[in-house]
Amino acid sequence: MTVAIHIENLTRRFNDLVAVDNISFDIEHGEIFGLLGPNGAGKTTTLSMLSTMLKPTSGSATVNGIDIERDEDGVRKSIGIVFQDQSLDEELTAWENMDFHGRLYRIPADIRKQRITELLRLVELEDRQHDIVKTFSGGMRRRLEIARGLLHHPSVLFLDEPTLGLDPQTRNHLWQYIATLAREKGITIILTTHYMDEADRLCNRIAIIDHGKIIALDTPKNLKDGIGGDVVTIRSPDPAAIVAALAEPWISRVEQHNDEVIVSLKNAEQHISTIVTLLNTKQVPIESIAIHKPTLEDVFLSFTGKTIREEEADHKTNMRMYQKMVRH
Amino acid sequence: MDIIYTIWLRNMKRYIRSKSRIIGSISMPLFFLLFLGFGLNSVVQLPGIGGNYIVFLIPGMVAMSVLFTSVFSGIQIIWDKQFGFLKETLVAPVSRLEIMLGQTLGGATTAVLQGFMILILSLFIGLHVSNPVGFLIALGFMIMIGISFTAFGIAIASRMEDMTGFQLIMNFVVFPIFGLSGALFPISSLPAWMGPVTLIDPLTYGVEGIRYGLTGVSQVNPLICFAVIGVFSIMMTVLGAFLFRKIKF
Repeated sequence: MTVAIHIENLTRRFNDLVAVDNISFDIEHGEIFGLLGPNGAGKTTTLSMLSTMLKPTSGSATVNGIDIERDEDGVRKSIGIVFQDQSLDEELTAWENMDFHGRLYRIPADIRKQRITELLRLVELEDRQHDIVKTFSGGMRRRLEIARGLLHHPSVLFLDEPTLGLDPQTRNHLWQYIATLAREKGITIILTTHYMDEADRLCNRIAIIDHGKIIALDTPKNLKDGIGGDVVTIRSPDPAAIVAALAEPWISRVEQHNDEVIVSLKNAEQHISTIVTLLNTKQVPIESIAIHKPTLEDVFLSFTGKTIREEEADHKTNMRMYQKMVRH
Repeated sequence: MDIIYTIWLRNMKRYIRSKSRIIGSISMPLFFLLFLGFGLNSVVQLPGIGGNYIVFLIPGMVAMSVLFTSVFSGIQIIWDKQFGFLKETLVAPVSRLEIMLGQTLGGATTAVLQGFMILILSLFIGLHVSNPVGFLIALGFMIMIGISFTAFGIAIASRMEDMTGFQLIMNFVVFPIFGLSGALFPISSLPAWMGPVTLIDPLTYGVEGIRYGLTGVSQVNPLICFAVIGVFSIMMTVLGAFLFRKIKF
């Protein structure tokens, strides 16, 4: 395995806000690597630095062995990007958008034509290739952008929230494309998302990022195993009593979260009756009890003490305050 | 060169498809020409300039058409910013200068085409082009006006985040440039104290240059016109390129 991306102490500040805080990791060639975190965690900022759109405040990184600060054009030639926000020319046709891109990347005319045909077929847009993009649905536009990002045969493809705002069916479809692409073309894919289930299914490895810091980095399986078994969520009017009652050696972790208690343990199905009996004898009231296999959502909660949604709500408040400060 | 062509080509494709824009931006100078031209033709005396008012007005309306179309084409970069397309261009392994020059040439081409249409329509209301050299001179001045003001539009657009300031720029910068240029009346007919103001308006030299080409008469020496508008177009291109380089993603 060779290293596709090497990041060392990368930091980016916006005035007094530290968007990316001293992160370091490597991404291997051919990997599908997920950057997972709430909105505003620093995912897009990281991607912007790696794709030379934004200068780091400090630290360094290489993409395909090329330094992102020393040789911007070298990096740009070897990467493809699908931005979070749409970036097509709506007045042009699908073909013309592709052709524009091919010319910008100086792909010779005959190869350009052949690749455009091939890629538009791959993303199933060949019947609509001469239609103006304005008439395309959100999913079609996304597919076109992915095809465009691949036109110059990049060895690394950045996808920033590629499924944001799409319906579940289109999202599934798109992920299948991405998985197939990675396999067939052997390219490294770095994607950001805040859909935990998507990251879980698709990525070989995941970095969980929060407040600009990498708080966990591993395969989805290892991350979930780190929870310590299955997850039992008990809702009760007296959650503190549950925490006290469940101090047993066969329970790996007990955490109170608002009016819920989250219990991690191996083989939860076998122990559930014991838990209920235990709580009954100590006369702790139970409102509801649920068991599930650990998800990345649980991993996020265990590392940050918050669910990703709460974290986003917090962040919005922060951003609002920040914007007010800047304005005044 | 191929990158400049690529950007230019995109501008041309968009131009040809925007039928309503073509007609919209042709209508204003055309109406000016018809209403003012025919309305004032018998009233207005132009001592020492010769010809009638319509013939005097035609070069001004050609210049107006080029001016407004080119500023507008330059400012269009803001839309590219808002619709995200600018990112796609900026992240490609090409220089900002090439992008800016492609955009300038694209905008100038559309502007000259718009001016050319006014020119053609003018043939039906009294314009006689007897001298092909004069016609080429007029075309040369149209091209220089087009380049100057597309670059000017790009310079402005590079510093603006959205279209909210657009109206302000149009009313307080572009319209005075047009009004003071001698497009509608001979600059000598203004009060004496306004004379210097018209002479610092770069468009004055463009209008006078086109007028020299089309009618053979002008109030400013055509060589001076050429020098001034030539230098101005270079200055604007340099300024536009400088500010465009500083655009952040």
